[in-house]
Amino acid sequence: MADETRPMATAGAETSSAGERPAGGERPERSDRPDRGDRRGFRPGGPGGGRGEGGPGGRKYFRRKKVCKFCVEKIEAINYKDTRLLAQFVAESGKIVPRRLTGVCTPHQRRLSSAIKQARNIALLPFAGRAS
Amino acid sequence: MNRTYELMFIVRPDMAEEDQDKLISTLESAVTSTGGQVKNVERMGKRRLAYTVRRFHDGIYVLLTVEGSGGLIHELERRLRVTEPVIKFLTVRIDEEQKRLEKIKAIRAARRKVSATPAAAGGEAAGEVPAVTA
Repeated sequence: MADETRPMATAGAETSSAGERPAGGERPERSDRPDRGDRRGFRPGGPGGGRGEGGPGGRKYFRRKKVCKFCVEKIEAINYKDTRLLAQFVAESGKIVPRRLTGVCTPHQRRLSSAIKQARNIALLPFAGRAS
Repeated sequence: MNRTYELMFIVRPDMAEEDQDKLISTLESAVTSTGGQVKNVERMGKRRLAYTVRRFHDGIYVLLTVEGSGGLIHELERRLRVTEPVIKFLTVRIDEEQKRLEKIKAIRAARRKVSATPAAAGGEAAGEVPAVTA
């Protein structure tokens, strides 16, 4: 439970920056990348996850491994009626956020995208832009 | 060959309550006459639409859960299409998804029991607690 609340808080803060990528190597930290997936604990040098890199100031940082929200929280039912859940994976523009940003695993992303499309069809989610 | 479907439709926001009842009852009778079964009727009430549909910004959402064949759905969709106050509808087949969810649930329950028994050999209720928090 403890590792659930913290990533959720960061996920909320990052929603506004969705759609724009960090400009270049100028940023010392890349923790503000627009990912909304839950990230598990800090694993420096973990499998595929932590990658040590020297920033401009020679500072080292680690990118946390993104984990699929649906696998971690064991959400199996991805339903088109659950707009609150689906809205977390839709950018401000109305686009479906790609897996590489959210960390959702392939099977879940497949279900998620079809659910989002169904929700769009029945006017629960917008095709483009914010819900009026 | 019975399948379960969810039929969600939106009617215009200025539709009277009794007209909605009439529409729903005609749909229900259409279902039962073709050998289907209405499992549940849920009125989700008035909601704001995410985009304008036929110049409406709001709509009254109704959700029907129907069991029947594909032909029945064809007939229901035809009816919805010709009904003037219905502005949008969506049919989703849900029985396969339900089956999948039940399977996962069963697997999880079995796994939980296995992991709980060595932790607390005596009572299962006591063993349940660490399994949930882990």
